[in-house]
Amino acid sequence: MTESLLELSGLTKYFPVMGGLVFKRQVGRVHAVDGVDLTVGAGEALGLVGESGCGKSTTGRLVARLLEPSGGTIRYNGQDISHASRRELKPIRSEIQMIFQDPYSSLNPRHTVGTIISGPMEVNGIQPPGGRQKRVRELLETVGLNPEHYNRFPHEFSGGQRQRIGVARALALEPKLIVADEPVSALDVSIQAQVVNLLQQLQRDLGIAFLFIAHDLAVVRHVSQRVAVMYLGKIVEVGDRQSIYERPRHPYTHALLSAVPEVELPEDGVGTERIRLAGDVPSPIDPPSGCRFRTRCWKAQDKCAAEEPPLIQITGNHEGHLTACHFPEEPTVHGDQEIVLDPALA
Amino acid sequence: MTTVTWDREPATPRGPGPFLSVRDLSVQFSTEDGIVHAVDRLSFDLEKGTTLGIVGESGSGKSVSNLSILGLHDKAHTKIGGEIWLEDQELVSASRSTLERLRGNRVAMIFQDPLTSLSPYHTVGRQISEVFRKHKGASKAESRARAIEMLDRVGIPQAKTRLEDYPHQFSGGMRQRVMIAMALVCDPDLLIADEPTTALDVTVQAQILDLLKDLQQDFGTSIILITHDLGVVAKTVHNVLVMYAGRAIEQGTVQQVLREPHHPYTWGLLASMPKLNSNVDLPLLPVRGTPPSLLNPPSGCPFHPRCDYRDLVGPDLCSTERPELSPADGHRDACYLTLAQKREIFNGKIKERL
Repeated sequence: MTESLLELSGLTKYFPVMGGLVFKRQVGRVHAVDGVDLTVGAGEALGLVGESGCGKSTTGRLVARLLEPSGGTIRYNGQDISHASRRELKPIRSEIQMIFQDPYSSLNPRHTVGTIISGPMEVNGIQPPGGRQKRVRELLETVGLNPEHYNRFPHEFSGGQRQRIGVARALALEPKLIVADEPVSALDVSIQAQVVNLLQQLQRDLGIAFLFIAHDLAVVRHVSQRVAVMYLGKIVEVGDRQSIYERPRHPYTHALLSAVPEVELPEDGVGTERIRLAGDVPSPIDPPSGCRFRTRCWKAQDKCAAEEPPLIQITGNHEGHLTACHFPEEPTVHGDQEIVLDPALA
Repeated sequence: MTTVTWDREPATPRGPGPFLSVRDLSVQFSTEDGIVHAVDRLSFDLEKGTTLGIVGESGSGKSVSNLSILGLHDKAHTKIGGEIWLEDQELVSASRSTLERLRGNRVAMIFQDPLTSLSPYHTVGRQISEVFRKHKGASKAESRARAIEMLDRVGIPQAKTRLEDYPHQFSGGMRQRVMIAMALVCDPDLLIADEPTTALDVTVQAQILDLLKDLQQDFGTSIILITHDLGVVAKTVHNVLVMYAGRAIEQGTVQQVLREPHHPYTWGLLASMPKLNSNVDLPLLPVRGTPPSLLNPPSGCPFHPRCDYRDLVGPDLCSTERPELSPADGHRDACYLTLAQKREIFNGKIKERL
């Protein structure tokens, strides 16, 4: 693997839960991110998947240092930025950019596209050769928009086009890492594909590393070389794309993959595997002891409640494919297992 | 312009036909910017005990057309034309009291967002049993027993105690189950599910879709499932209707539409969806351009500005004349390409990219 650009180790973020009628005091804490170890290599796209509330967006915000971690370290290019001050962060901020989910609220409606995209250059005092306006026009062309639209306002564009403006703004400072937080989930299918293709092409052509946060497993598979699966603040499995999608070892990864509704009709699918978990994700305020997935897992035993499984390479896995499970699955997704835990379906 | 239909002659009863039949339904909204042609001459049938999937992107008219089955449009700003027959009852011209007797009783609906569609002030038990009491004239005790039975059936643990809980005490998936319990409490003949799983996580989505299928087998309910996700359609429905710009552009069984789609827009939808086993080195094939504005829909075929194959049809046909769904039965689509052309393009260019 290439030298790592971003290194997270033991990263935690707790949010206080306040209670009390008159005097507010802390009554608990949300374990949003709870000991995450991850690396992103230079020019590599790492997909981060998980269900809502698993802490994937918080992780993204910690990486961009929009939030300060409660514990653990974030190393960017070898430098520890976990508690860096604004001044220390300044040179790094231009190298880590973000793309947001909602293309409506992430663009200022009173600014023209030109102002929005040249904003980062202005803040950082960058004067590209040929002037900012020329650079903005180039960027608009890179993301597939008409450079003539320089003076238009965001409301004159459709959702997909706005997301392209967001991408152009992120590219303005030639970043080394882009944190993309659900960049396509607000878009319609036909438009989503346009933006997915654009991100994939940018990543290949410009060699930018991506932390691609999404809940859609098929989209993540398309844009990431490596994939990490998150559950209740922890990484439960990480590995290269092929290994995760074809040989998942963690029961949760397996259940996620089996729950994706595929266009293939039942008769022409390879296997008709059906894993239906019961219930929802438990609350991150009071997560289960040991393995956090044990309350929904069909393989859970006493050991799972007592001992937290470490994120390690299990025998039979590819290099770099780590799984946190005491009782890992057979490495396949093709089969006809029927595991239905939901009482209404039994 | 279609006629304003709520002051016309009562429709004449008709002979036996499909369970639900929508004929030339048009819905127009008057807004400050002009008239929005949300649904344009839409027709479809639904047989008893089957599921119809209505697929389309935002603004294609899939929700609007189904809200008119329940008569939920604001009549001051809406013009509805055409006919909707539920067995021998016409619904477009039906009176308010007739519709009220129907809603929640014979026809029920599940919405996308269970938090905003449940009342935060009342316990879920009260909300479920109220429907049953109103329509079936049941006593308090009877309706309470029925509510427990329904909560139990949709897989909510400890139904007896959860009955006293408020919606905010449930998680997203459990709330959607409460909605389903409420919709099914009067044993409706028709259930309209409008994006029932879009707001849910994928593992919970799978549970809810399985639950709907399971309940359909038990109760024999006909279901209209509105969704933008072709994957959801493949797993749950019998027939599919693809909508674009307020019109039906392809119709058929799920096998026909997903295995051998005929309309270029359906190809576009299928090819732009990333899949778990497709080749990641090939880019996706998106539909170029953006969906049209319904204030001023394109002339002729609404898809022609985004279509890659209009040159095969001949000079101006696509942009001047609206294609109708053909043939009359079975797998139908609204496109001027010949059947041989469609097969050739799909098998030659599209299929390998799916």
